[in-house]
Amino acid sequence: MSAVFISGIVVFVLAAFVGLEVISKVPPTLHTPLMSGANAISGITIVGAVAAAGIGEGTVAAVLGFLAVTTATINVVGGFMVTDRMLEMFKKKPSKPNG
Amino acid sequence: MVELLYLGAAVLFIVGLKMLGSPRSARRGNILAALGMLLAIVVTMVDSEILSWRTVVAGLVVGSVVGAALAIRVQMTAMPQLVAAFNGFGGAASALVAAAELERTGGNFSAEIGSVVAASIAIGTVTFSGSFVAFGKLQGLIPGRPIGLKVQQAINALLAANVIAFSAWGIASGSLPPYWLVVAAAFLLGIFGVLPIGGADMPVVISLLNSLSGVAAATAGFVIGNSALIIGGALVGAAGLILTMQMGEAMNRSLANVLFSGFGGTSTAGEMSDKPVNRATPDDVAIALGYADSVVVVPGYGLAVAQAQHATRDLGEALEERGVKVTYAIHPVAGRMPGHMNVLLAEADVPYEQLLDLDQSNPQFPQTDVVLIVGANDVVNPTARDDATSPIYGMPILEVDEARTVVVIKRSLSPGFAGIDNPLFYFDKTMMLFADGKAAMEAILKALKDV
Repeated sequence: MSAVFISGIVVFVLAAFVGLEVISKVPPTLHTPLMSGANAISGITIVGAVAAAGIGEGTVAAVLGFLAVTTATINVVGGFMVTDRMLEMFKKKPSKPNG
Repeated sequence: MVELLYLGAAVLFIVGLKMLGSPRSARRGNILAALGMLLAIVVTMVDSEILSWRTVVAGLVVGSVVGAALAIRVQMTAMPQLVAAFNGFGGAASALVAAAELERTGGNFSAEIGSVVAASIAIGTVTFSGSFVAFGKLQGLIPGRPIGLKVQQAINALLAANVIAFSAWGIASGSLPPYWLVVAAAFLLGIFGVLPIGGADMPVVISLLNSLSGVAAATAGFVIGNSALIIGGALVGAAGLILTMQMGEAMNRSLANVLFSGFGGTSTAGEMSDKPVNRATPDDVAIALGYADSVVVVPGYGLAVAQAQHATRDLGEALEERGVKVTYAIHPVAGRMPGHMNVLLAEADVPYEQLLDLDQSNPQFPQTDVVLIVGANDVVNPTARDDATSPIYGMPILEVDEARTVVVIKRSLSPGFAGIDNPLFYFDKTMMLFADGKAAMEAILKALKDV
């Protein structure tokens, strides 16, 4: 295996443990926002998508890249926005009941 | 330098996720993670030699418009579908990134890159098709009950074996066609994998698909050699895995059991349904609630279906004005995704302190005058505790039968998703109000004014 690949595995394993550590104690109330926020982060694949889409028009790879950018952007933009929308509701002050 | 900027983005993800775990900082955490994403995107645009900006910009614009429209317009009750759809898009994006790399290079990889390309394509595609089947079930486009054949498990095993075999073929031959067969097999695997899973198991499935979308992104990171993808994907994979485990625990079922048992759906209704129940009117319920000292509301998926969250809040507030102590007991798997009920009640402005989880609420029931169950069934079914032959035996439940009076609002006596009759409905202390959740809440509130 190449050194780059091995260091990739190292990064993956360490990041997974960081994730387990950081998320293990989330109250049930925040489960949905946590999931949709995490979901938006999984849209990081947009980085690969942008690079793929930019390699030149008219190729099959560019078409795939365009689709990748589109789907990843839906994931990222929609995911972060809807998470914010939910968390905004959680933030409303409980002491002011409005009818 | 570029690597360091990507690392900065990854750090923002980690800090953001950490802050998402606490109610005070959650919103800032989400914004921080979004900033990390923006940083990663800008760095990529500057760093990679983009020859056709048109394609990139077109994708970004179309995706932003669609994503924003979905996020703004979705109703809170439809949140599980939306998260399922976003998971699906994320999975598709990762598979497409790997596919583009495949096209660009013609499939001529080292064995290690070939294997991560195959993994990214397979996991991304399974996430995509599986998520959209889940979406269809949640949206009511596909029946929510388990759909499957007796040979389903054999088919899925065969498809999984095909994914692996085609991958191996692709890596060995260095040609493209085997990879497209991987796509086909993985696509079918996602469909046939989720179809047999019923609605009540959706919290587990959505969490798992969430986790897979992260793993798909991480494998895509290996393909293009980008550590931001590997870190971000690994974080999401871990987060989804934790939620999946917690949901499984809340149902006392292993992941394998959820995925492969095709639970429920074969209705065993009718067996107990001839027994008499105490039918109640909204007035009866209003009297019981109005003279209680403490009331615990137990919401379930039926509350979401009936859009009854606001009417429930109104009733709760009216009771509080009368001096009744009102709390809400929320089972971890109530609804169709982790935290589904919490989101709905937050939308209706129910104060966060009134929401109790399983461990907090069970000790309360013996001192509770009235339990008001809205659209929940299996999570309050005493057979899970008492009847070793019950399919849900061992699942932790909300022990509502410890309370003095139980009011169940339900449209009919039909058994819950699991297809198991609920003896709770036939107890002497149970009042059954057969109505739509929202209409019932409004009728009780009206009747309460005269009590």
